[in-house]
Amino acid sequence: MIGMLVPAAAFFAVFFILPMFRLFLVGGSGASGWAAYMAIVTDHSYFSSLLATFGVALITTLASLLIGSIVGVFLQRHRFPGRRALVALITLPMAFPGVVVGFMVIMLAGRQGLISQLSMALGGGRVVFAYSLVGLFLGYLYFSLPRTILTVMAATEKLDPKLEEAARSLGAGPWHIVRDVILPGLKPALISAGAICFATAIGAFGTAFTLATRINVLPMVIYTEFTLSANIAMAAALSFVLGALTWTVLALARSAAGNTVAAAA
Amino acid sequence: MFRKSLFVAQLCLTLLVCLFLIVPMLLSVLAGLTENYFVGLSSGLTFRWVIQVWQDYSDTIFRSVWIALACLAVNLVLGVPAAYALRRANNRWARAFEELLVLPIAVPGLATALALIAAYGGWSALRTSWLFILIGHVLFTLPFMVRSVLAVLGSIDLETLEEGAASLGARFMQRFFHVVLPNCREGILTGALMVLTLSMGEFNMTWLLHTPFTKTLPVGLADAYASLRLEIGSAYTLLFFLMIVPLLLAMQFLARPRGKSRNAATGKPESQSIIKEPVTP
Repeated sequence: MIGMLVPAAAFFAVFFILPMFRLFLVGGSGASGWAAYMAIVTDHSYFSSLLATFGVALITTLASLLIGSIVGVFLQRHRFPGRRALVALITLPMAFPGVVVGFMVIMLAGRQGLISQLSMALGGGRVVFAYSLVGLFLGYLYFSLPRTILTVMAATEKLDPKLEEAARSLGAGPWHIVRDVILPGLKPALISAGAICFATAIGAFGTAFTLATRINVLPMVIYTEFTLSANIAMAAALSFVLGALTWTVLALARSAAGNTVAAAA
Repeated sequence: MFRKSLFVAQLCLTLLVCLFLIVPMLLSVLAGLTENYFVGLSSGLTFRWVIQVWQDYSDTIFRSVWIALACLAVNLVLGVPAAYALRRANNRWARAFEELLVLPIAVPGLATALALIAAYGGWSALRTSWLFILIGHVLFTLPFMVRSVLAVLGSIDLETLEEGAASLGARFMQRFFHVVLPNCREGILTGALMVLTLSMGEFNMTWLLHTPFTKTLPVGLADAYASLRLEIGSAYTLLFFLMIVPLLLAMQFLARPRGKSRNAATGKPESQSIIKEPVTP
């Protein structure tokens, strides 16, 4: 019976564990040796892109949790015709590859984008912000919101409305109910959705690639080191560190949210 | 009064978010069918760009479909038995292995691709073959198949079913094919749809793993976005949507709460989230 596991385990060992080990060795084989693994904090330009990456990821996470929980609770609590179709439609983006997400941002805020056209028509000049960190943020939001909304909707479904009625009958106002009843109930879902937002935003490559190669986030730096500078050791060290960081964020969130989210994270 | 303005504010935000998510898709579809997007709709609608994309890039589309199907086949062979073994073992080691299996999702695709190149990039027959991309896709999709089968296996009383079959004289292979597999049909189906969708859209790894002769659909998309006019990029995206949206809708249809597929533990219908794992854009 345990033999049924062998093919998958063998595949995984040969094509993931072994290559990752190799990547780790390659990372220490460059001009700077094992110090390459420290470069992310000791080298000024790498460190600044690490900060930029974390900054965008953090803002994306906070924004999508805030917006996603309001919209998620609203969509779960109100019934209207076409609700199911609407939810189906707005959850499509979470299966889009990063390049397509980047293109959606270009359609919205690029040179020929909607916002640029509107601002020109209103006489406000051409407004273009797709090809920058703001564009990247919009892209991550575009990708993360659907998942956050879905997660919040699923968690809201499990909230007991009786608790809110009880709070209301005891004289609690809407903000009180949100703070003391709804938010604690959604907490595990929010932690797990937030961790996924953060982790995906740290490691995202396709979106930044489509928007601009000049955006100074870690995945773009790794890509540039690998292709343009042919500095394979540094690319390996940086991507190993990036992978470890992403994994840590997910693992921390899972232990913070308790085992109930294990299946959802 | 306050309650009402709160409702209106929530409604406005919800509408805004829906517009933010839906409008770019519509714009892109429209741009792919417009003669000249800069001039606008007045320039007329056309299939010209779609036809041009088909002529220039249909090979990437066929390659992506082929890789996705191959990826599904490998997933069925590796993933379904693995899920069964993990469910039956159900101990610390099984959970540790499951954790390990999810690593390729948690680790950015860029890192996985570099690792594969570092380990096997020197083997040029493999490096230049579509199989190299397939390996990356299998790593990335396997956890989805395993988890979606595990989710179903966790909700049925497998032991009793198997014992019943065994007591009637069914051998292991008979039990696996005639008892276990039919019972996790729904999980396999959901997993299969997910595998196809993810494989067809995978970019982060594929961008590093591909060669000029093994371009996939998302790689072609990135090319088109970078170097061709907006209408062509849009038309290409339109073709991508046409391939991927039916799969997603089928997945959502499967995930819909129905009378018979209820969560065994709570008795409540399963939630409607379809993709539970992070997918790096």
